[in-house]
Amino acid sequence: MNWPSKTKLLFQQIRYQLLMFWRTPVALFFTLALPLIMLVLFNALFGNQTVTIEGGEWPVRQFYTGGLAVFTAVSATYTNLANMVPIRREEGVLKRWRSTPLPTGAYIGGFIGSALVLALIGTVLMLLIGVVFYDLDIDAAKMPAAALTFVVGVSSFAALGMAVAALVPSASSAGAVANATILPLAFISNVFIVTGDDAPGWMTTVGNFFPLRPFVESFQDAFNPFVEAPAFNWYELYYVALWGVGGMIVAVKFFTWEAKPGGSTTRRRRAADAR
Amino acid sequence: MSAITVDGLRKRYGDLDAVAGVSFEIAEGEVYALLGHNGAGKSTTVEILEGHRTATSGTVSVLGIDPAHGGRELRDRIGIVLQTSGIEPELSVREAIELYGSVYRRRRPLDELVHLVGLDEKVDARIGTLSGGQKRRVDLALGIVGYPELLFLDEPTTGFDPAARRRSWDMIQQLCSLGTTVLLTTHYLDEAEHLADRVGVLTRGELVAEGTPADLMSATPTTTISFQLPDAVDPDALLVPADATYDGEVCTIETEHPTRVLAEVMGAATARGHELAGLSVRRPSLEDVFLGLAGEDDA
Repeated sequence: MNWPSKTKLLFQQIRYQLLMFWRTPVALFFTLALPLIMLVLFNALFGNQTVTIEGGEWPVRQFYTGGLAVFTAVSATYTNLANMVPIRREEGVLKRWRSTPLPTGAYIGGFIGSALVLALIGTVLMLLIGVVFYDLDIDAAKMPAAALTFVVGVSSFAALGMAVAALVPSASSAGAVANATILPLAFISNVFIVTGDDAPGWMTTVGNFFPLRPFVESFQDAFNPFVEAPAFNWYELYYVALWGVGGMIVAVKFFTWEAKPGGSTTRRRRAADAR
Repeated sequence: MSAITVDGLRKRYGDLDAVAGVSFEIAEGEVYALLGHNGAGKSTTVEILEGHRTATSGTVSVLGIDPAHGGRELRDRIGIVLQTSGIEPELSVREAIELYGSVYRRRRPLDELVHLVGLDEKVDARIGTLSGGQKRRVDLALGIVGYPELLFLDEPTTGFDPAARRRSWDMIQQLCSLGTTVLLTTHYLDEAEHLADRVGVLTRGELVAEGTPADLMSATPTTTISFQLPDAVDPDALLVPADATYDGEVCTIETEHPTRVLAEVMGAATARGHELAGLSVRRPSLEDVFLGLAGEDDA
């Protein structure tokens, strides 16, 4: 008998990872529903204000659409992977797969591939809502820039999510670390709040140091009528990609298949089995 | 050809030898039990054979392959049922078997598999809703879905109630009868006695005894006779040997000649009209043998 093809195995892993995600209401809510709720709420509250970009007065509702689209993509990759991989490690699922003939690349690829699919679904959903309800400007000449920015951004944040997953000691700390890093950063990265030229200098410096703000601003530019096509922000894209490569190196170097003894999920599983 | 050959296996953690020079062979189709307390080196040995860990020194061969570099080829031919590995709780039994089965070159049909492990009723239940015992059956199903030539069973009934253990044993025996080579670890002596063709006893990283369960038991030929001494009866009057021990009224005799001793004591008791309450004659269990061997280290 022949080996099953690696491509087929990879796609099957992606399909099953998505199926499992779909069956986890809390993940579904925080990744896809919450950013949508925020978009509707923010726009109901501040939607008619404007933000001054490149000398133009851009409606905040369109600014939010781009920012929250990126935030959804980051939730689906960075937060999702940083949460899910340590949970699977503590459940002993990673070790089980390690015992099977499934190639490692197909298994890890299943996690990352499903995260990228979710990011795409979330982002497209956001943009659709933006177009239908908030008059988001879709300029075909700038879509290559939007697509490239998306690909570079989600790949880098997926790598960073895997890096966090590799470094955290337990599943319970993974969720905390993922949220404690991404939420404060979102506040100074033009996701929830418009930080214009009047923001304190340190805030801009910190925001620009981490990869979220460059990702958000590059993506927003592709939908901003005051930014000229083709709207490629090469410097920002290189910078985000650099973070991604760093994340990948950390993830590969520190990845483990087995949890350290005494993790929270292991304890829960043991307790459940004892019943 | 041997399914497993282990020669001078050593695994060092810091200053401690978790496995201190172990050698054994398992023939094809054999059921071999590694018996020992927690920390005796069972898991370390097995995890090296599975390719999860690497040896400090010594050589191991699993189905003719070095497990440290066995890769996909070896993992296709072995099945591993680990105590500590979970299954995605969001999947149903059917989905888990399909997903895990799809990675092997040959796979057992779903119906046959769920029937073999007794989960016909639960095939569409989510793993997360199953009881501990049912999850272990799924574990077993996933371990054998790829028609393994060699199956590793890591403490397959730890934490089970007696009825569930019996059922598991029946299931494992059924698997063994299919010709699969099995390496089983356990700290239950009756389990090794019940399931294994041969047993290796591990204590502090060393293989201190090896043989069939019957061999190991006959290594200590003593039989234990015990009964309650009737009130105010002199043991000598019942011809009880002088080396008998007493715990209150309970008299315990250890002897290599149980037939003669028993005949003398019972003859004397019957002649005097005494009834010996709580009379029992016990062959050594594997536990006695095992604890005896394990105890030698302490001396």
